[in-house]
Amino acid sequence: MTTPQQETVALGVAAPAARQAMRLQTRHWVLAGAIAVALVLPFVFQGFVVFQLTEVLIYGLAILGLNLMTGFNGQFSVGHGAFFGVGAYVTAIMMQRWNVPYYWTLPPAGIVCFVVGILFGLPALRLRGLYLALVTFAAAVALPQLLKFHGLEGWTGGVQGIVVNQPDVPAFLPIIDADQWLYLFTLAITLLMFWGASNLTGSRTGRAIMAIRDHEIAAAAMGINAPLYKTLTFGVSALYTGVAGALSALAVQFVAPDSFSLFVSINFLVGLILGGMGSLPGCLFGGLFVLYVPNIAESLSRGLAGVAYGVIMLLVIFVMPSGAAGFARYVGGLLARHREVELPAHRATPNAVARPAQRVEHQRAESAEND
Amino acid sequence: MMLEVEGLNAFYGEQQALFSVKFDLAEGGVRTLLGANGAGKTTVLRSLCGMVRTNGDIHFDGKAIAGWPTEKVVRLGVAHVPEGRGTFVRLTVEENLQLGAMTRRGRAAIAADIDRIYDHFPRLRERRRQQAGTLSGGEQQMLAVGRALMLRPRLLLLDEPSFGLAPLIVEELFHILRQINRDTGVAMLIVEQNAALALELAEHAYILETGRIVMDGPAAEIGADEGVRRAYLGY
Amino acid sequence: MQLFLQQVLAGLANGAIYAGMALALVMIFLAIDHLNFAQGEMATFSTFIAWQLLAWGCPYWITFVLVVAISFVGGIAIERVLFKPLHNADILANLVAFIALFSILNSADGYIWDYTIKTFPTPFGSKPLFGSVLIDAHEAGMLVVTAVLLGLLYLFFSGTRLGLAMRAAAHNPVSARLVGIRVGWMTALGWGIAAAIGAVSGMLIAPVVFLDPNMMFGVLLYGFAGAVLGGMTSPGGAVLGGFAVGVIENMAGTFVPYVGRDLKLTIALLVIVAVLMVRPAGIFGRTTVSRV
Repeated sequence: MTTPQQETVALGVAAPAARQAMRLQTRHWVLAGAIAVALVLPFVFQGFVVFQLTEVLIYGLAILGLNLMTGFNGQFSVGHGAFFGVGAYVTAIMMQRWNVPYYWTLPPAGIVCFVVGILFGLPALRLRGLYLALVTFAAAVALPQLLKFHGLEGWTGGVQGIVVNQPDVPAFLPIIDADQWLYLFTLAITLLMFWGASNLTGSRTGRAIMAIRDHEIAAAAMGINAPLYKTLTFGVSALYTGVAGALSALAVQFVAPDSFSLFVSINFLVGLILGGMGSLPGCLFGGLFVLYVPNIAESLSRGLAGVAYGVIMLLVIFVMPSGAAGFARYVGGLLARHREVELPAHRATPNAVARPAQRVEHQRAESAEND
Repeated sequence: MMLEVEGLNAFYGEQQALFSVKFDLAEGGVRTLLGANGAGKTTVLRSLCGMVRTNGDIHFDGKAIAGWPTEKVVRLGVAHVPEGRGTFVRLTVEENLQLGAMTRRGRAAIAADIDRIYDHFPRLRERRRQQAGTLSGGEQQMLAVGRALMLRPRLLLLDEPSFGLAPLIVEELFHILRQINRDTGVAMLIVEQNAALALELAEHAYILETGRIVMDGPAAEIGADEGVRRAYLGY
Repeated sequence: MQLFLQQVLAGLANGAIYAGMALALVMIFLAIDHLNFAQGEMATFSTFIAWQLLAWGCPYWITFVLVVAISFVGGIAIERVLFKPLHNADILANLVAFIALFSILNSADGYIWDYTIKTFPTPFGSKPLFGSVLIDAHEAGMLVVTAVLLGLLYLFFSGTRLGLAMRAAAHNPVSARLVGIRVGWMTALGWGIAAAIGAVSGMLIAPVVFLDPNMMFGVLLYGFAGAVLGGMTSPGGAVLGGFAVGVIENMAGTFVPYVGRDLKLTIALLVIVAVLMVRPAGIFGRTTVSRV
């Protein structure tokens, strides 16, 4: 598992400084272009499509939360749908029961999920792999039951759930409709949180988190407080997914126990893997996949939608076994090589070209040793 | 010749690790591959077993085995004590030994061989029911050799058998290897850092440098040549 | 006391279902080192085939044997077609493939046999056993079959060379090749065995929970919990874990006041998580020793 961050660092060693600066600049332009497109989209499309795009952002954000924990820290979760659900319910309860304005419900949703995440993170410290998966899985399975529980009905509305009012367009923006406003609001939050995640993963703390993923014992030997970082990562991861859940309550305008079944968690996991572990843009690809592909499958054949969905998943994983981000890196590598052949003055460093293949060998050797 | 290798190239990804390597080994012979770290010694052994991508010719008993899957090569009677020992850490010591004989038939003969291995390495008998991952490095090395012998191989590939062993145990291990070679006539190809020991056991040595064989000759001559010793063998 | 005993036995009867699933999960885990998320769907598919054969008038025990055989071959086929190409891929790529398989099988069930709930016959009858109110004949039959299955598997894996080869191939494929084991086929065989176990448990469960495409989903959850509780590396532990989950679930529903009825699954999961705190590799699981 590699990350764009590692990639940049490694390339920085190989490539001359000028080229690195150029690459960074390219990256900024791509980012700016993507944001511009994202801003224009809700005015090109109408109603339902805008809602779907909002959902893509929300799923992307939720998958980012899962990614922080699984992709960057190496802790496995099949239960992030639970945090998504908790976030959604915090927003719904605060808005509908206590009349709190929608935008003030997001921080509490995040904080509650952070706390819940820490609580799950503590037992998770002792567990690894499938055993850890069971704890998170328990969360995902138990949440709908808790939400239906009659003792909590006064808050949660039991099986009926809670209908959530759609946020009003603020007075200073009279020209856009409620769907467009919600999209832009979600986009702003999403950008903010991706920016935060990008800073986090690029920081010292981020490197510590990744060091724990790569070799926990070695990381501890270097003086990294592994239990602390793992617990905190769990909390932050839950916070991200919880905020996404809160946004989804606003977008869907309804929360009910069965909207947060185990399948939500599984969808996040599929989105994460197909988008690419440890990649930030990959999360949005994952969001796109999870939202649109089931619809595409449905349109292929109503009766066999599940078959079509499964087959598409298989095709994607056969073509891109390390997710969209890994695929993009691979294609990028090919292109770079091509360019370097054209410009013999800049001789490719053999290392940079051979690296992907080497890495595979290396990992394989490692996994054999670990056994 | 039982084993004939010619024009062997090997690759890790796109990196070439061996360059037209050529050597051979007769039935019952013992030869050694020497050289510095990273010279490609381990890769030669891995190439023979189809564990890396290669091109070139590898003939075993006249069969062209280059590119064969590992398990098919093993079934010809080629046992490999790999780098890092390849212990089945979750299985018991005895199960590890039984696995060595996986391609053989005949329960009684296998049981007798296990007993013989225990005679060679009494420590293993003491720990026969123990999870193999709990053995010390030296014990795991003995287990790896024992497991390879369980195949009743015709060719034994040994990758640094002395690695991680105390000097006394190394002496003993090489003594056992010599004895096994005499008794069973199994041919051996030994990769070693401990050149002095390997040269004592082998009759012929090859010296590798950056993936190429740069020198070969009778073990006694190589060991006697001070220049070679200084330049390549470090003693 | 009567109530307590009755609840334990009822729990054991449910537990037998979970134990079968847990056993299948552990078997495939030992053979391929992955958790098969599609195990339940494979079992359901097998059970539908059995239902179809029975509907065509095939006698029960012939159907039983036939379906086990078909499932065995089907399991091998799934491995060869779907998972062999992925054997070098990341564990997560495999996970996606499992989820895809889940989706495909579940949807195919519904498409071929529709979503209506179907009854499924039992070969043991459903009369109370020996006139007792504690356990009926089908439940007793289920317990016996599970026990026999476990015994056979134990003998196979600990007593035969093929079983040993399968375990070795799963633990350390590189070394397994070096002793001449055809690792690819061992994996395929593991799939075949798991699919066959799944078929047996599916046919035993269907008379109790009735047959529909989602029949196994709940069972998979409990089976997974049982497998982890017992320890993923121990087939015997998995069976005990499955029974334990059944009993704990039933007890929570009956004896925990106020929340018990509604939250029995939650309570069962809490108990399991608590146990894992004390035994992080499950009750009977082996901790793998590794050197740094």
